[in-house]
Amino acid sequence: MEAKKSTWTEKKGLAQMLKGGVIMDVVNAEQAKIAEEAGACAVMALERVPADIRADGGVARMSDPDMILKIMDAVTIPVMAKCRIGHFVEAQILESIGVDYIDESEVLTPADEEHHILKHNFNVPFVCGCRNIGEALRRIGEGAAMMRTKGEAGTGDVVEAVRHARSVIGDIKRISAMEEEELMTFAKNNGAPYELVKEIKELGRLPVVNFAAGGVATPADAALMMQLGVDGVFVGSGIFKSGDPAKRAAAIVKAVTHYQDASILAEVSKNLGEAMVGRNVSQMPESERLAGRGW
Amino acid sequence: MKIGVLALQGDFAEHLAMLKKIGADAVEVRLPEHLDGLNGLIIPGGESTTIGKLSVHYHLIEPLREFGKSRAIWGTCAGMIFLSNDAGRDQPLLGLMDVQVKRNAFGRQLDSFETDLQIDELSEATKDDAPYHAVFIRAPIIESVGAEVKVLAALADGRIVAARQGRLLATSFHPELTDDSRFHKYFLSLAA
Repeated sequence: MEAKKSTWTEKKGLAQMLKGGVIMDVVNAEQAKIAEEAGACAVMALERVPADIRADGGVARMSDPDMILKIMDAVTIPVMAKCRIGHFVEAQILESIGVDYIDESEVLTPADEEHHILKHNFNVPFVCGCRNIGEALRRIGEGAAMMRTKGEAGTGDVVEAVRHARSVIGDIKRISAMEEEELMTFAKNNGAPYELVKEIKELGRLPVVNFAAGGVATPADAALMMQLGVDGVFVGSGIFKSGDPAKRAAAIVKAVTHYQDASILAEVSKNLGEAMVGRNVSQMPESERLAGRGW
Repeated sequence: MKIGVLALQGDFAEHLAMLKKIGADAVEVRLPEHLDGLNGLIIPGGESTTIGKLSVHYHLIEPLREFGKSRAIWGTCAGMIFLSNDAGRDQPLLGLMDVQVKRNAFGRQLDSFETDLQIDELSEATKDDAPYHAVFIRAPIIESVGAEVKVLAALADGRIVAARQGRLLATSFHPELTDDSRFHKYFLSLAA
């Protein structure tokens, strides 16, 4: 038979290879190498980490393709890059330079306040953020081959990551326990495609890999998300905004592998230096929150 | 039959599910003591650099080398790289199989593919000669093999994608991502 590329199995399969791992935000080739050396399973190439996007204000867009290509040359692990919600031309550009995954991300300023990208139209796989099961299944319906719970990026406060992971995983458990005739009403009430609600009922989990993101700053935060039931962790500002990025990165990698072993978690949490300063999400005005972006 | 799956990073859950489906006792391996009492070990797909670094840090390299001298180990994709003695760059390897591999041999994710393979040894072992549907993801290939290594499968252009050296098995592709359990059954026969 002819070889087939960019199938659904291929798209979601790469995310399956990332499971149990840490995907780190990096802004240049040097940081990418530090991340790879620390054991990252992939890197997210972007010009500014979310904490700086918050601090700088203004419109946050796709990064310079030249900067992404330099990171792709610097490491052998997969390289992801972000485009704005609904900005399918930024996605076309990222696909053309050959990134391994595109994150249609609420961390950048949305280009469309009603529609997301129809991700089935692309050969490259996409990851998208979600706060709840309805949002997750709408994105998967559009073709996202990997999910991440949104949390609140650039804060170093894990509270929203916990809220979103508990919401998604809790609803998966509820769906699994439902009678067949309850599924359509659940789909209606949550704005979720019915076929995907049925698929969750059959599988007992999301049909794609689901990582946590947005506020993970310590090994304990990462292990907390893993114990809550996610497949892996994105760490954005938490590493390169800390006192000793290489050491903290390696510690978070170990924490995700040994997330159930408190003695190892204690060991890797020692002497990591300053964590990122962080911002308390509960004191943040609604207008500054990124997680609400997405429809 | 008790089979371990190295659970440092990657798609170990998919291997565990397949092993349980075919009736094997399957456990996760994260530390050297978890190797005790196993008949065989699978090293899953994932990132070979991540798996290698975690193996070094948690003192698994020597115990895994010792394990592989007398018992069966199967590496899929990243696991194949980890089993090899040459990956063309500086990264932790077990060096158990006399094979030289090339990482990301087909390119980036957009070049990943699925295709059918004819694998005679698999057909004979499982008494089923249907073509084997193989899923390659940012896959490595085997560039050259030593005298004790038997090539099990190659692509139409001759590039080697599966090989066996005694009880050590390496595949570039991911049987754990399919519904076809023949490779896992074949591995159980090597571990017996």
